[in-house]
Amino acid sequence: MSSKTLPLLFINLGGEMLYILDQRLRAQNIPSDKARKVMNDIITTMFNKKFLEELFKPQELYSKRALRTVFDRLAHASIMRLNQASMDKLYDLMTMAFKYQVLLCPRPKDMLLVTFNHMDAIRDFVRDSPSILNQVDETYRQLIEMYTPLSGGEFQLIRQTLLIFFQDMHIRVSIFLKDKVQNSNGRFVLPTSGPVPYGTQIPGLIRTFSCTGEEVNRVQFRSAGNYTAALREGSFEMHGDRVIKLGTNMYGVSRAVETHMSGTSRNSSQHTKVNTAPNPLAKKELNLLAQLMGGLDMQKPVGSDTSFRVNLFATDEEEEEALMSRPAELSYEVINIQAAKDQQTNAELARIMGEFADEGEPSATPSSKGDELLAMMDGL
Amino acid sequence: MYHKEKSIQIKSSASALYNNLSVLRIAPRCLTYFTVVHANVVNMVSASWDGLNFSHRQLQSKEGSIAASSSLIMQASWCVLPSRELLVLTSQKGIQMYESDGSIMVYWHALDTPETPTVVGVNISSAHPAQAVFARGIAAVQENFICVGVSTGFILVFDIPSKGSNIMLSEVLEEHRESITDMASECSGSLESVADLVTADDSGALCVWKSGEDFQLLNKIPGFEVCCSSVKLWKGTVAAGYGSGQIRIYEAVTGIVRAEVNAHARWIYSLDIAPFSGLLLSAAEDSLVQVWHLTVIPEANSVEIQHLYSECVTDTQICGAKFCDGEGHAFAVTGYDLSEIIRYTQE
Repeated sequence: MSSKTLPLLFINLGGEMLYILDQRLRAQNIPSDKARKVMNDIITTMFNKKFLEELFKPQELYSKRALRTVFDRLAHASIMRLNQASMDKLYDLMTMAFKYQVLLCPRPKDMLLVTFNHMDAIRDFVRDSPSILNQVDETYRQLIEMYTPLSGGEFQLIRQTLLIFFQDMHIRVSIFLKDKVQNSNGRFVLPTSGPVPYGTQIPGLIRTFSCTGEEVNRVQFRSAGNYTAALREGSFEMHGDRVIKLGTNMYGVSRAVETHMSGTSRNSSQHTKVNTAPNPLAKKELNLLAQLMGGLDMQKPVGSDTSFRVNLFATDEEEEEALMSRPAELSYEVINIQAAKDQQTNAELARIMGEFADEGEPSATPSSKGDELLAMMDGL
Repeated sequence: MYHKEKSIQIKSSASALYNNLSVLRIAPRCLTYFTVVHANVVNMVSASWDGLNFSHRQLQSKEGSIAASSSLIMQASWCVLPSRELLVLTSQKGIQMYESDGSIMVYWHALDTPETPTVVGVNISSAHPAQAVFARGIAAVQENFICVGVSTGFILVFDIPSKGSNIMLSEVLEEHRESITDMASECSGSLESVADLVTADDSGALCVWKSGEDFQLLNKIPGFEVCCSSVKLWKGTVAAGYGSGQIRIYEAVTGIVRAEVNAHARWIYSLDIAPFSGLLLSAAEDSLVQVWHLTVIPEANSVEIQHLYSECVTDTQICGAKFCDGEGHAFAVTGYDLSEIIRYTQE
């Protein structure tokens, strides 16, 4: 469908990831210099110039597995480590948050405002680092250049592409359940009140015209729903009031413990299907991933004395429990790259993997610290 | 006016695509067929009228000889011609036509697409135009034509023989400047109507056509920069649903607006007309399905529209809605992420 979907998917998921990590870093009282390094390193990696060049090229979306792999790597672009249960939970929270924003955005074009809300928050995270700010500003420019000329219909196609990507994901998130924007079956609540989208009239009026085009009659009808007039349009400039709140940070200080999440509803009539189709795309995916990894500017490996682990659960026990009890249909099956085989089939991937190998010792067994990229890829 | 009946379960949930429900009544066998698109799969259900028997089938978007691919389907619709009924699928790669029960693919038309960049090192920006490539908008016209829209704005006209697979691309209509969203043929069955096809695009522009050996453009109704996502043609009158939630009623040949309805609070996804009664069905992302009564009296030059009924499908962005019969006694609805077809019947 739309070949312009990936930048919005990546930036908004990345933005949600940063909100959650920022909240966890504060909740776990990580020293501020370390926390700032983590945020800066991840944002620097996200908006790496070469990486953005790849990202903004017209292309189909990656598979869920490939995208998950990209975010695994991004989350580990600094000195912070997440184990699998925390990474799963982080990814669930990110994806459900963005699914909610895509579903609820009033007009398809408002997805760009959602993206700017994420970008504005990211810009604020790195306000003291001029060089990273430059990268962020460059990304604004690319977003404006690519997306502001698009028609409503083209934005709707992007939105439909994203909704297919998020289809059948009904993970229940406690912050949404508490706010009553998600039902216990995992479906989001769609309000039938509030302001109509910009450019839409409140339902309820029928106007008829004569064959010469003059208005001859106006009749009101009673419409379900209780809508009010549209708000003003948000700003599509680099700076400005976006008006809509979707995509802003919902993990404020007061909601510091609100990341508890439950699995899918047991009585749900359908289960999230893991991509079970035979995979003629495996090679294509590897190629795409190779391109992306080529753009990712990876950190030098860090010593165990500086790295630290962040937990998305209240306690380590809870985290362990989550890993054991995770329903099979929710496993992400992160792409398993086997170095030896692929080195023969894909020179580019081999080159990139070669670069990674130079940074750490390739190992057949995954490192528990997860600080060796190649090992991490194999282990997932 | 309508009450909810037992839903029909489908094998996988509906994707958010315009007009994502097609209904075909097989009266001699007392069956109704439904199709709903899920990503790269079409869910087909045949339901007996007594509500006791359901049989399911899933069609994959096989692309000619290419092995199973990830190509997404944009629309599935039954096309009823006097001599035969075909199920037409449009996707990112092309157009597939099946026998109406989905058993045999009788025709495959590949879209003329640039190679998707999959190889590392290919200069993508020069090899790959920014515009998405897909087919969307399906209509059977008169005795022997099936028309299909393309994302470039072209309309492909296929000549369909009364049997067999010797289907030919007979004409390409190049009038629209933006992606085709939907199209519809005259459904009143009246032979007096001059216009027999209306086509719509992303900019809201509508083209009205007279079919024949060469299709003739009768009128082009300019858009107003709001996408027209669903369109119907009945008794020489066009009903068009827009991204702004409005419905507009036009005289097809003159293009004069006869009615403008602020119908929905969000993007309209589907319109349908019951040709024998003039009931008009509209459905949108605002979770509402509405039934209207359209009265067209050509002799008196009168066009009227009246609101009859609203139904809220709670927490569902509706993507497909169709009447199940020519009178509009029953209609069926699907929504994004929903694995069922919800049916409503008149009391």
